[in-house]
Amino acid sequence: MANEHGQKWDRCLADSAVKIATGLGVGIVFSVLFFKRRTWPVAFGSGVGLGMGYSNCQQDFRSPYQLHGHRVKEQ
Amino acid sequence: MLRVCLKGANSAARKCLCGNGVPLHPLQQCRSYTSGGSGSSAGKIVAASVLTMGGGVGGTILYANWDPKFRANVEKSIPYSDQVFGLALGPAAPPPVINKPRKVEPVQISSMSEVWKDSKQPKAKEVQRKAEQPDAEGPPAPAPQETLEGEACVFVAMILSAEQNVLSVFCIPLAAAKCTECEHEPAVKERPEGEVAARLAEQDKAEQDLLTSLSSNLEDALGSTAKVTLQAIGAQEAALQAIAQHTRQLREAMEAEAPPDKKSTQWRVLEDALSERSRSVDEAGAAVLKAKAELDKLRGVIDGAKHLKIAAARPSILAAEENLHSMVVDLDSVVTRVQTAQSEAKIVSQYSELVNEAKAQFQKELNSITPEIQANWKGLTGKLTQDDLNSLIAHAHRRIDQLNRELAEQRVREQIHIDSALEQQKLEDKKALEVAISTALEHNREQMRLEQEKKVEETREVMEAEMRTQLRRQAAAHTDHLRDVLKVQEQELRSEAEEILNSSLMEKETEYRRLTQDQLDSFTLDMNAAYARLKGMEEAIDSHVIAEEEARKAHQLWLSVEALNYTLKTAALNDPTEPLEGAVQAIKESCAEDEFAQALATALPSESLSRGVYSEASLRARFYTIRQLARRVALIDETRNSLYQYFLSYLQAMLLFEKAQEAPPAKLSAEDLDTFKLLSYAAYSLEHGDLELAAKLVNQLKGESRRVAQDWLKEARLTLETKQVVSLLSAYANAVGLGTTMAP
Repeated sequence: MANEHGQKWDRCLADSAVKIATGLGVGIVFSVLFFKRRTWPVAFGSGVGLGMGYSNCQQDFRSPYQLHGHRVKEQ
Repeated sequence: MLRVCLKGANSAARKCLCGNGVPLHPLQQCRSYTSGGSGSSAGKIVAASVLTMGGGVGGTILYANWDPKFRANVEKSIPYSDQVFGLALGPAAPPPVINKPRKVEPVQISSMSEVWKDSKQPKAKEVQRKAEQPDAEGPPAPAPQETLEGEACVFVAMILSAEQNVLSVFCIPLAAAKCTECEHEPAVKERPEGEVAARLAEQDKAEQDLLTSLSSNLEDALGSTAKVTLQAIGAQEAALQAIAQHTRQLREAMEAEAPPDKKSTQWRVLEDALSERSRSVDEAGAAVLKAKAELDKLRGVIDGAKHLKIAAARPSILAAEENLHSMVVDLDSVVTRVQTAQSEAKIVSQYSELVNEAKAQFQKELNSITPEIQANWKGLTGKLTQDDLNSLIAHAHRRIDQLNRELAEQRVREQIHIDSALEQQKLEDKKALEVAISTALEHNREQMRLEQEKKVEETREVMEAEMRTQLRRQAAAHTDHLRDVLKVQEQELRSEAEEILNSSLMEKETEYRRLTQDQLDSFTLDMNAAYARLKGMEEAIDSHVIAEEEARKAHQLWLSVEALNYTLKTAALNDPTEPLEGAVQAIKESCAEDEFAQALATALPSESLSRGVYSEASLRARFYTIRQLARRVALIDETRNSLYQYFLSYLQAMLLFEKAQEAPPAKLSAEDLDTFKLLSYAAYSLEHGDLELAAKLVNQLKGESRRVAQDWLKEARLTLETKQVVSLLSAYANAVGLGTTMAP
């Protein structure tokens, strides 16, 4: 249980890194291919990557507290 | 009805208005009136029918009230009419009950009770009639009383038994029965049986004697009276004959025209006959008187016999009375015949006298005219001269004239005389009739009385016979009753004797039983005592064995618990102990019967058995890492768990400094529930060896801190549990061991 926290951070960081990198890469690619080497797709891509990583991280950390409700249909 | 009439009148009154008036209102009124008119006729019909029905019903009820037969008919034919009649008139009178037979009985019974009453007056009615008893034997006054009452008893017994009286008026003047309970009067004491029978026999004998004497008396009287009466009748007959003869002769003498000497003889004969007749009449009269006297005497005797009231004499009395009556009747008839004959004779004699007188007169006349002519003038035809003849003829003519005149006069007077004679005759006839009627009535009355007496006698005989049978029956019942009573008594006595026998037997038996029981008890007591001692010794030995067994077991338990304890100590720093399973198994084997130990052994958590538990030291070491982590995530809980919060919480952990160890207070307040404070309390208590308190404090963490400390908490719980159970077991083992060592 104590290790879980640490494990979560590891996962989170790894995932974020990957996502940022991926975003960066995709941004670069797009920037090169479609947007005439502007900077904004790169920033955009990395931002997307970061955001995704951040969201995933947050989701991971929140997961114990997540309540999943079920809608019970009235019969 | 009145309203209908009024309506009708109104309609009639307003019809003209309706006819004249056109406006709506009157028309409407008319309409209502016309409807009322038709309604009135219907109403009239209804009223008429109601009236008719009511009249019919009322009439029926009234007539039923007057004639019960009609009422009965109506009730039979029309259902429920009886209820209506009952309401209107009251219940119908019941038909008259024929009461005649019931009236007859009381008369008889009253006569019997009169007899009883008569007999019940003992003091007044001193029994003079019974004084004729030849051998009284000096009986006291009750005895004749009792004989009389004994007689009356017969009747009364019949009555009282018929009325189901419990009193056993039970005196039977029959020789066969016993009369031990004769109690008509309280003064009469019970007599012994033999005496009573003897007395009854005496009474019977006396009765018989009396009866015979009475009957002989009666017969004598009857005989004499009959004789005398016959004599009287004979005398009367003779008188009758004499009278008849005399009369006949007189008549002959009057009518016959015999020559003088024959006439004189005739007259003499007549005189003889007359004297004869008078004599016989006198004789007859005397005889009748004598007969009457005899009859009176006989009547007196009969009355006396009747007064004696002996039942058996009744028929003879009745016969005597009948004879008397017949004699009286005969006598009377004969007397009447004589009287008629006498009256006839008187007539004839009167006639003869008259004739004689006439003849004498004629003779005198003749003598006066022709004195020399003798009586026998038939032979005088030669002697008579012309003058004599003429004078005689003249005299004869004169006489004839005179006689004619007399005749005429007589004829005139005849009627008057006849009338007066008739009147006289009527009066005399009436008198004679009255006399005859009275005598006939007397005779009839006497006849009826005699018949009644005869009938009474017959019924009395029948009742006597019946009473005899009843009394026989009663005697039989008495014997049966006595037999039953004796039987019952025998039963009772027998049962009594048996009871006494049984009770004494029971007593003896109970005595015997008691003695045997006492013996048995004492023996049993001794035996029990010996047995108890034996048992005690055995138990002592057994308990010794048991105690040793227990001691061994306790020792084993203690050993196994020590082994367990030792296993607990084998925990390395960061590794758990050995699995406790083996030791626990050993414990379980060593104390198979001990429930407490078994329970405790099973109470160990399964993980401690399978995996082992961590030691306190390792837990303490682990705590610090946990603490660090808990500090870091102190702000994170259900609501705050975004990454930003994580950042903040990390910041807080970096910036917030708390005491490393702080002594926890006795009571936790609300502000003590802060994470950092709790962690420092827990650290303090851990450092001081109180894992339990540390665990409790850690348990108060909330949110993410709690989550991260969950692992550690679980491990701490396991360790605490195991430690607790083990300590209990060892305490128990010690106690048992102590117990066993103490026992003997």
